Amino acid sequence: MSRKKTNNLNMPNTQQLEDLTTQVRRDILRMVHKVNSGHPGGSLGCAEFFVALYSEIMDRKDHFDMDGIGEDLFFLSNGHISPVYYSVLARTGYFSVDELNTFRLINSRLQGHPTTHEGLPGIRIASGSLGQGMSVALGAAQAKKLNGDKHLVYSLHGDGELQEGQNWEAIMYASAKKVDNLISTIDLNGKQIDGATDDVLPMGSIKAKFEAFGWTVIDIEEGNNIEAILKGMAEAKAETGKGKPVCVLLKTMMGNGVDFMMHTHAWHGKAPNDKQLESALAQNAETLGDY
Amino acid sequence: MKTYTYTEKKDTRSGFGAGLTELGRTNPNVVALCADLIGSLKMDQFIKENPERFFQVGIAEANMMGIAAGLTIGGKIPFTGTFANFSTGRVYDQIRQSIAYSGKNVKICASHAGLTLGEDGATHQILEDIGLMKMLPGMTVINTCDYNQTKAATIAIADHEGPVYLRFGRPAVPVFTPENQKFEIGKALKLTEGTDVTIVATGHLVWEALEASKVLHEKGISAEVINIHTIKPLDEKAILESVAKTRCVVTAEEHNFLGGLGESVARTLALHNPTPQEFVATNDTFGESGTPAQLMEKYGLNSASIIEKVQTVIGRK
Repeated sequence: MSRKKTNNLNMPNTQQLEDLTTQVRRDILRMVHKVNSGHPGGSLGCAEFFVALYSEIMDRKDHFDMDGIGEDLFFLSNGHISPVYYSVLARTGYFSVDELNTFRLINSRLQGHPTTHEGLPGIRIASGSLGQGMSVALGAAQAKKLNGDKHLVYSLHGDGELQEGQNWEAIMYASAKKVDNLISTIDLNGKQIDGATDDVLPMGSIKAKFEAFGWTVIDIEEGNNIEAILKGMAEAKAETGKGKPVCVLLKTMMGNGVDFMMHTHAWHGKAPNDKQLESALAQNAETLGDY
Repeated sequence: MKTYTYTEKKDTRSGFGAGLTELGRTNPNVVALCADLIGSLKMDQFIKENPERFFQVGIAEANMMGIAAGLTIGGKIPFTGTFANFSTGRVYDQIRQSIAYSGKNVKICASHAGLTLGEDGATHQILEDIGLMKMLPGMTVINTCDYNQTKAATIAIADHEGPVYLRFGRPAVPVFTPENQKFEIGKALKLTEGTDVTIVATGHLVWEALEASKVLHEKGISAEVINIHTIKPLDEKAILESVAKTRCVVTAEEHNFLGGLGESVARTLALHNPTPQEFVATNDTFGESGTPAQLMEKYGLNSASIIEKVQTVIGRK
């Protein structure tokens, strides 16, 4: 049994996914507001991607086990966008949405950055110290090959995170070893803590770099458009199994869905105050019910 | 006094290679990774017999640690192989987050530890790795003394669920432990019975401790030699029982005195039975080029140093 939600035409119901995304945005905002800490900007920017991934793209089992044999796996490398990860995991059945109340609190399974340490279902690796997730995803993908498991491994990385050298070790290895059951998505929002990636450390063409390293690259220009994500990821999936790893360049807007959080890097790691929260929630009316 | 002899000298890294080869034949979940040091780590036979279960990652140790962590997701038991320096210091954060904190069943196997690496010099002679690894919550830290023990430890850690740091060395050293001695993680081995001093040694220093005990015996000093192959978890009971009898201890290791076995023993004694202790270890220094024997002598890591420290510590009782 897969957890994929589809309507009776076996086609994704975009409105349902939009509603879930709006609710996820509310979760993110309320979580970081409550503890006055966390990373709303990147979380909001990737809300559509997570919703699409967990609702439609991945083939997932009904229960969680660490090995994940016989299902698609996902690894979050840029662990600071934990609010969107937790919200989507909860709302796709990994744990109770009530538990979102415990984000970043003492004795919580919802640590500031995701971890396996507290046994939270859905999490298979700790992340937070940047640049490590692609290596882990590669190992999991190669384990799948050894196990004769035809399912795929997905990973998500920040664009700023690509400044960490370990990524390039992994990017080189993936094509050299023909790890073609891996789809690594780069969240191209062009921003990092200190400002625009082009100001902090310009990386040139990320697409050209991945291609030069032997990857197949798929662009999703509208990374905050559910239908565009579904289309792009389907295309990426069609490229797997052809001897090359697949990279998706997902162009997103940091802080998407909240007007004052967009077009700035200021909300990378800052929580809204009471008034800002009120304004942000007013822009994202409740759909599925707040936790 | 029980005495030990040896018929041959072999490197401990070959014990690792032999253990890995055996695991390749007996445990289908065991996989191996190497960062361009197959020959140095003696992984050739495993690779020959199990090419599909071997991952050559190139000179990219950080990636190797992450891949190893990922391979556990899917039920594999990865053994990583490179020099001790590149197995620990170079990749500390990767081990910390992706392996230790994530609770992954990775076996970090490290050759060329300590000064006995020899001529390559200080860039490669890590003397801090035991400390780095033992500070990580949940990490088991093992430092074996000869070929047989290294082979047995390699086989044993595959059955242990959780991250392990297995440390061994480059040069040929006496083989003196029994060929089929069972390796129990966390269980110290008492090699000689004695009443005047306890010598707690690990790795290459175990043989030196046995050599020292022979000389001490001739001088009328009865030394109890304990082989601590597992530094974490430490067999505190074995140490405390011995020290209750001898009332002084010398620890011996091919490592900095900061962060090593000696510190772990000192903590145990401070908590349970404060006892005079002397340390045979490097003295907060880097190494240098030279032959293993020259280096061990210059940095005070041989039987002569152990004898000297024993005489000092007995005087402090």
